[in-house]
Order: sequence, then structure tokens, then C-alpha cells
Amino acid sequence: MKAQLQDWLPRLVLGPSFLLILFFVYGFIAYTGYLSLSDSKMLPSYGFVGLDNYDRLWKLRHWTGSLKNLAIFGGLYIVICSVLGLFLAIMLDQKIRAEGLLRPIYLYPMALSFIVTGTAWKWFLDPGIGLEHTMHQWGWESFEFNWIKSRTHAIYTVVIAAVWQSSGFVMAMFLAGLRGVNADIIRAAEIDGASRVRIYRRIIIPMMRPVFLSAFVVLAHLAIKSYDLVVALTGGGPGKATELPATFMYSYTFSRNLMGIGASSAIIMLIMIFSIIVPYLYAELRSDPKR
Amino acid sequence: MSTLSTGKFGIGRLALYLVLLVFAIYYLLPLYVMLANSFKPLAEIRQGDMLALPQVWTLDPWRSAWSTAQIGIQATGLKPYFVNSIVMVVPAVLLSTLLGALNGYVLTKWRFRGDGVVFGLILLSCFIPFQIVLIPMAKMLGVLGLAGTTSGLVLVHLVYGLGFTTLFFRNYYAAFPTELVRAAQIDGAGFFRIFTRILLPSSGPIIVVTVIWQFTNIWNDFLFGASFADADSVPMTVALNNLVSSSTGVKEYNVHFAGAVLAALPTLIVYVVSGRYFVRGLMAGAVKG
Repeated sequence: MKAQLQDWLPRLVLGPSFLLILFFVYGFIAYTGYLSLSDSKMLPSYGFVGLDNYDRLWKLRHWTGSLKNLAIFGGLYIVICSVLGLFLAIMLDQKIRAEGLLRPIYLYPMALSFIVTGTAWKWFLDPGIGLEHTMHQWGWESFEFNWIKSRTHAIYTVVIAAVWQSSGFVMAMFLAGLRGVNADIIRAAEIDGASRVRIYRRIIIPMMRPVFLSAFVVLAHLAIKSYDLVVALTGGGPGKATELPATFMYSYTFSRNLMGIGASSAIIMLIMIFSIIVPYLYAELRSDPKR
Repeated sequence: MSTLSTGKFGIGRLALYLVLLVFAIYYLLPLYVMLANSFKPLAEIRQGDMLALPQVWTLDPWRSAWSTAQIGIQATGLKPYFVNSIVMVVPAVLLSTLLGALNGYVLTKWRFRGDGVVFGLILLSCFIPFQIVLIPMAKMLGVLGLAGTTSGLVLVHLVYGLGFTTLFFRNYYAAFPTELVRAAQIDGAGFFRIFTRILLPSSGPIIVVTVIWQFTNIWNDFLFGASFADADSVPMTVALNNLVSSSTGVKEYNVHFAGAVLAALPTLIVYVVSGRYFVRGLMAGAVKG
């Protein structure tokens, strides 16, 4: 009896967590999936309407606009964070005396809430009181920086704040990658007379491919999930200039009481993330020596 | 990698340090601006230069942000919301860490048929966009009678933190010698005894990593707080956003900054005190599946 219990104990211990996740994650995904096919408005309701919500969703300029914003924001965010992260990592990897001081400075924004980041940058970018105002005070009267008030440029201010928050983290990922490069390979290249720039371009940066991939996956999924920063920085405005799928979902579900459409937008977000994450995790798990 | 730099201090070296310094300023500037302006009277902010140190130092914005500022309809300051966040974060972090440790232990040392699928599903749950669970979660919290309560938020953070805590411990315990576990088993030690006597004593680092990760994420969460909290369970991030974006009255920037620093303080302290572990958590969460 006791031996039997011991046999079952591991599964009994893991069971509750697994059931919680099955129910609260996968069950909820299924539920939201069904709502996206239903006539839910302010409250969930179960009248089946097929793909109507998706039809209506794709006809909404609010939705297509937020996807376009996500493309601009996500694209720039991923590219700038990766380039800046790699650049800073290479700079820091040159036997810098103050590395122990600089690294935490580059990385601390990652510990902050996006609401704090948004609050700081909103003010900094506000032409009436922040950077523009300060430049005018300093005597540079013609200085203009009012992107945050501009329908065409506000989305770039979200990029600025998000890059500030995450680039240090990407730097840390690349730095860890650089530290893992075998010194013998580099020494060999040096003996062959390769210049430093060439060694980086031809040998080291190509070896960073797995880091690029991890950084891409992390940043892409953060971009698709982005919500807090937009809420704190621009509130989706001016107009709808900085709406993203995450803010769209929230406002359709909870403010506009079109839950069916909100649910269908959430499903699209899930599909976007899973199409990036699932192949990545699958490859990672397969190559994982621990399994 | 150190072979690349020869260490001679020429123009190149100087430029390198200059670039690094410029970036340090770039990352520090927003924090500096927030801090400097949180000690200025409002009038000085309006007419002045955001980069200057205060001419008149005042603690009033801090007092106001902490205990008298108008948030929502009440003039309570951020204090009660700070308490709400603490009351929410502590149990959520402890429970999710404990369960994650047990799960990681089972998944690596007590493997069973299908454990790969179980782990895959747990792992994948880390990455879902939370928008997908907002509607059913709101309904479920209502059904459980936890709508708008701190206990409800604890449940939410526990459930959606389990994936990461399990991942952390699973990867850590995978490197722990299984022979030790088998030897203890032959000596007659049971499931929990092996865990508490053999694995737990050497789990210090991963516990720290997990606790920091969970603390930071839950403290900084906005979406769940904004969706599921009621007047007396609103967490700090949501209260800060209400303070900053309230459209009534004069915009008291100095109070907003003091509030923002207050909201950032707990995670910043954790970061300063244990940055090494913080980074390790980020990496574990990002790089390894």
C-alpha cells in the first residue's frame, strides 16, 4: 500500500498544477475560441454565428490599423533592439574596465514596470514641458520634437520607449553569447592576419545565430503582447494612431461591449504568437540534451 | 574573447569609452529626470529646465504621492495600493515558487510516460497572450466569488506564473545528479524526504532566481490588475496609471514622478541588491526552453 502510494505520489504532486494549467490556459483558450464564433456582446452568450466576427473584424479599420501599427512597432523594436544590443555587447566585450558598473546601468530598465517607463517618457516627449520645452529654455528656439502629438509619428515614440526598456536585456543575451565563443578560433584567425572588424563580421557575428533567434522570439512575443506601455504612454492616441492588437482587444471587449469581436482578435493574437513560439520551442526541446 | 583587445589606450579606446558613456547617460536620463523633478515645486517644473537640479528642494510631492494625492475618486495617495500590491505579490510568489519546485522535481527525477507532453504544455502556457484568457477568467472569478478581490488576483498570478517557475526548476534539477536520488531511494527515502533533504538544500540559487522573476513580473503586472481588481484590491501599477492619467485638475508632474519612483522602487531595490540573479532569471526565461 505504501509502496503503491509512493508510485503515485509524483503524479499526485504534479497533477494539481497541470490541471490548473489545462483548465485556466487551454480550457480558457477553447472558451475564448468558442466566444469568437458566438454572438456575445456585453456578456458571453452562446448563439453560434460562424465566422461572422472574423469577417467584421477584418473589415474594421481600427483592427487593420492596429495590425499595421504592430508591424511598424514590432519591426522597428526587434531590429533596433537587436542591432543596439549586439553593438553594446561587442563594445562591452573589449576588456572594459568599468563593465561591472555599465552593465547594470544598461539593464536596469528591464526591472521597471512599463507603466513607469510610459510615465517617464510621456513627459519627456511632451513638447509643452519635456525635451522640446527644455531646448527652448536653453535658447534653441527652433527645436521641434512633437512626435507624441502627431498621428503619423506617435507610433515611433512607442518604439523609442520600448527600445529603452528592452535593449539592455538583448545586450545581456549577446554578451553571454560572446563570452561563449571559443577563444582559440579567434586566436587562429588573428594569426592568419584577419583584422578585428573582419573577425567580428565573418566569424563571431555569424556564430551568434542562436542568440539572434532567441532575441527575435522573445522580442516578437513581447511586441505582440504590448499593452501597458501604450496605455501609459499614449493611451492608443492621438486618435487611434498607436492602437495595437492588445489595446484593440481590450477596448472592444470591455468598453465597446462587442465581446465576440474582442474574442476573435484575441484568437488572432494567439495564432501570431504560437506561429513564432511553437516551432522555436519544438526545435529547442528536440535538441535539448536533457531529454 | 579578450584576445581581441590589445589594451593600449589610443584614440580608439577613448572613442569606445565615450560611446559607452553616452549610452549610460541615455539609459539613466529618464530615471534622473524623474528623480530630479520629483523634488521640485510645480512652478519650477513649468517654467524651467527638466534637466536641472531643483533650485528649491521640496518633499511635498513625495508626501502627496504617498498619502494625499487624488487617485480615482479618493484622495488617499498611493499608500493603500502599495499595500494591496504587497498583499497580492507575497502569497502569489511563494505559492508559485513552491509548486514550481515540486513540478520541476517530478519532471526530472520521477519521469513517467507522457511527461514530455505535460512539460511541453506547461512550457507553452508561458507564452500565451493574456488577452486570450481575460474573458473566461473574469467569468470564472465571478463563479468562484473572487471577483475584484486580492485573493482572485493571487490565483490569477499563481496560475499564469506556474509555467515559468516549473521551467526554471525543471532546467535546474535536470543538471542535478539523478544517481544521488536513486541511491537515497534504495536507502528507503521517500518522495518528499528526497526532495527536502537532497534537492532543496542545493536549490538556493534557483529559488532566488525564481522569486525575483516572479516578484518583478507580478509587481509590474498591469493587465490583470486593470481587468480584475476592485476599489480595495487595485495594485500599484494601476493606481499609478490612474494618478498620472486623471484628467481632472492641474497636472502635478512632480507628484506623478514621485509616484512613479515609488512604484518602481521595490523592483529596483531587488535589482540593485541581486542583479546577478535577476539577469540569470531573464536568461533562463528567454534562452532555454
